[in-house]
Amino acid sequence: MIKTLDRYEKIILGLTVLGLILGAGAIALSVLEAGIHLPTIEDRIDPAAVRDTAPFDEPGVTINSDGTATAVIIAQTWLWEPDTIEVPAGTEVEFVLTSPDVLHGFHIWDTAVNAMVIPGQVTRVTQTFDNPGEFGIVCHEYCGIGHHTMFGRVLVTP
Amino acid sequence: MIDETPHEDAKATLSGFAGELDAMPGGRVQRRYALYQAYLAFFGLALGGAIGLLQAMDRAGQDLYESVGLQSYYQGLAIHGVTLAIVFTFTFSNAWLQYATMRGFQRPLAHTWIVKTSFWLSATGIALASYALLTNQATVLYTMYAPLAAHWTYYLGAALLVVGTWAVLANQLLTLRAWRKDNPGERIPLIVFASLMTYLMWFIASLGIAVEVLVFLLPWSLGLIDGVDPLLTRTLFWFSGHPIVYFWLLPAYTSWYMVVPKRANGRLFSDPVVRVVFIMFLLLSTPVGLHHQFTDPGVDEGLKFVHGMLTFAVFFPSVITAFTLMAAFEDGGKRAGGKGLFGWIAKMPWKDPMASTQIVAMITFLFGGMSGLINASYTVNQVVHNTSFIPGHFHMTVGSAVALSFMGIAYWLVPHLTNKKLHSDLLGVVQGWTYGIGVLIFGRGLMVSGLNGQPRRVPINQASYANPEWFEGDALGAIGGFLMVAAGLMFFYNLIRTMASKTPAREHELAFEVSDVMVPAEDGPAILDRVGFWFVAAFALVLLAYIPAFITQGFDPASPMWQPW
Repeated sequence: MIKTLDRYEKIILGLTVLGLILGAGAIALSVLEAGIHLPTIEDRIDPAAVRDTAPFDEPGVTINSDGTATAVIIAQTWLWEPDTIEVPAGTEVEFVLTSPDVLHGFHIWDTAVNAMVIPGQVTRVTQTFDNPGEFGIVCHEYCGIGHHTMFGRVLVTP
Repeated sequence: MIDETPHEDAKATLSGFAGELDAMPGGRVQRRYALYQAYLAFFGLALGGAIGLLQAMDRAGQDLYESVGLQSYYQGLAIHGVTLAIVFTFTFSNAWLQYATMRGFQRPLAHTWIVKTSFWLSATGIALASYALLTNQATVLYTMYAPLAAHWTYYLGAALLVVGTWAVLANQLLTLRAWRKDNPGERIPLIVFASLMTYLMWFIASLGIAVEVLVFLLPWSLGLIDGVDPLLTRTLFWFSGHPIVYFWLLPAYTSWYMVVPKRANGRLFSDPVVRVVFIMFLLLSTPVGLHHQFTDPGVDEGLKFVHGMLTFAVFFPSVITAFTLMAAFEDGGKRAGGKGLFGWIAKMPWKDPMASTQIVAMITFLFGGMSGLINASYTVNQVVHNTSFIPGHFHMTVGSAVALSFMGIAYWLVPHLTNKKLHSDLLGVVQGWTYGIGVLIFGRGLMVSGLNGQPRRVPINQASYANPEWFEGDALGAIGGFLMVAAGLMFFYNLIRTMASKTPAREHELAFEVSDVMVPAEDGPAILDRVGFWFVAAFALVLLAYIPAFITQGFDPASPMWQPW
């Protein structure tokens, strides 16, 4: 069948394969070189017992001894608990989330923090906030009639 | 509508393929039932499109949901998604590709009762799902992510719509067996090959949603089981939810390859290459679904990467399609006297509503397809996931490449099946451009807002947050939306005037000619036609891609029903 391919057909096929390999290579590089990680498998949690299970028994921000911060957040219809995360500029923050009810989506504006929150699962994502400012946290997965009121913020202090 | 007494057109013998089919046993009834499936599709398009108007008004700052009797934006959105992405697409594909299969084989399908059964399964499914949606008992949106729980009629309706597509596949396969007995050694006609691969691909793909609904959601909604695992049902949804986009797209591709170039007087470069394109969709459509779950917890990072890379491979057959189609149009335009490097463009069938509407759909798909590569990119997806960028993208794929192509197909299929002349060719041409320009404006608007962090699926003017950067995107979204609705009205006006008309169809409407090829099927290896072999290979690839995902994510059915709307 290769013999019956037209010259132009071969050229376009070759260019397409090349383009896709370059694109795939760029993505592989963004993972290996820039160290971008996606959420992955963590311990499961009983959605009915979220508030009795560490660390979700104490939602909030903790500054760790090494200067990093851990923000434990419960995503529920239709609020983030807590809805304000305050950290000093330059802090690397690990966000740890789960949901006791339905799916939610965790997106911090102007960052690459964008992850699903699924009942029964724990979501962990990390972000360093270099500059002071206020960053909105929006729920981006439909979670019922009040979905569009589910909003929070990260306050980065100087 | 279900009246089986012959219409007036039955008295006279039709010219063209419709007449030939009518002369064969079962042909007339099957032709009629193909039309009935198209009517179901138009019902879905009308209802879903009407909600589109409310959504455009919402972007313009007007909340009209309560005034038309809907509880919320979300109830409207659930109706919009299901009627357009499932009802309209499934039933139109059933109509068009059943008929295309008959055309390719030059005979009715093996069993008329299966043709009827497919229609009744679809119709019952639509009735059940519509009941749940319109009574606000299924405001779980098109994605129906558990533990959001809909009324059981919604899940049963969705299941019946899927089984209706399986009936079409069964009939195609039985007809293939009978045809092969009568035509030993012959190559499967290309239009049949395309239609069959579409349904075979969807059969494998639909197993995910079939298990999700029949094993988990339906028993759960009936109270037979207490809980579900939200991650598992979500994974099963996307097992079907990515390849469903090819089930929407491939019926349009079948028309783009087999009907539109013929009208443009152009020939396809190579029959075997077209077969390879459809085989690649069969093989690669399904083992890529985890790219919809890049941002999910509980799904292995390495498996996400593998699925992301395979998604790039499925872009390949679409590039071949773009090449082959443009080459065919250039061939046709040059044979029609087009001079120079671009003279052939002017010679394309711009005045023919069937062809020009589908060509506009192809143009919008250039943007839709490319933006899809962005979403599929493992890391770049972080920027766009669940933002307005996504509906911006898919309105340029399913919302135009597919929806507008189906309207274009309807411009000849409805006259063909009813023997009534299309009311206005000009209105059809204008409609195609209006819709195409509208969807590009809409897509541009939603994409830019999405890049500025606007979440998708939100009544943005009622949200407790706002961003001045969204103004431009919302305005473009509203303007584009209004143009799409205006084009929808033109389509239905033309359709209704056509069906009410007494003028018989024109010769080119009654004919069903398919594209010629330069390199015939016989020049390709015989293995291309080994349908069973490709089916097994595709199935094996799906198992390889998904068994590790199901094993590693575990199972804990701990979530009860939630109905927070």
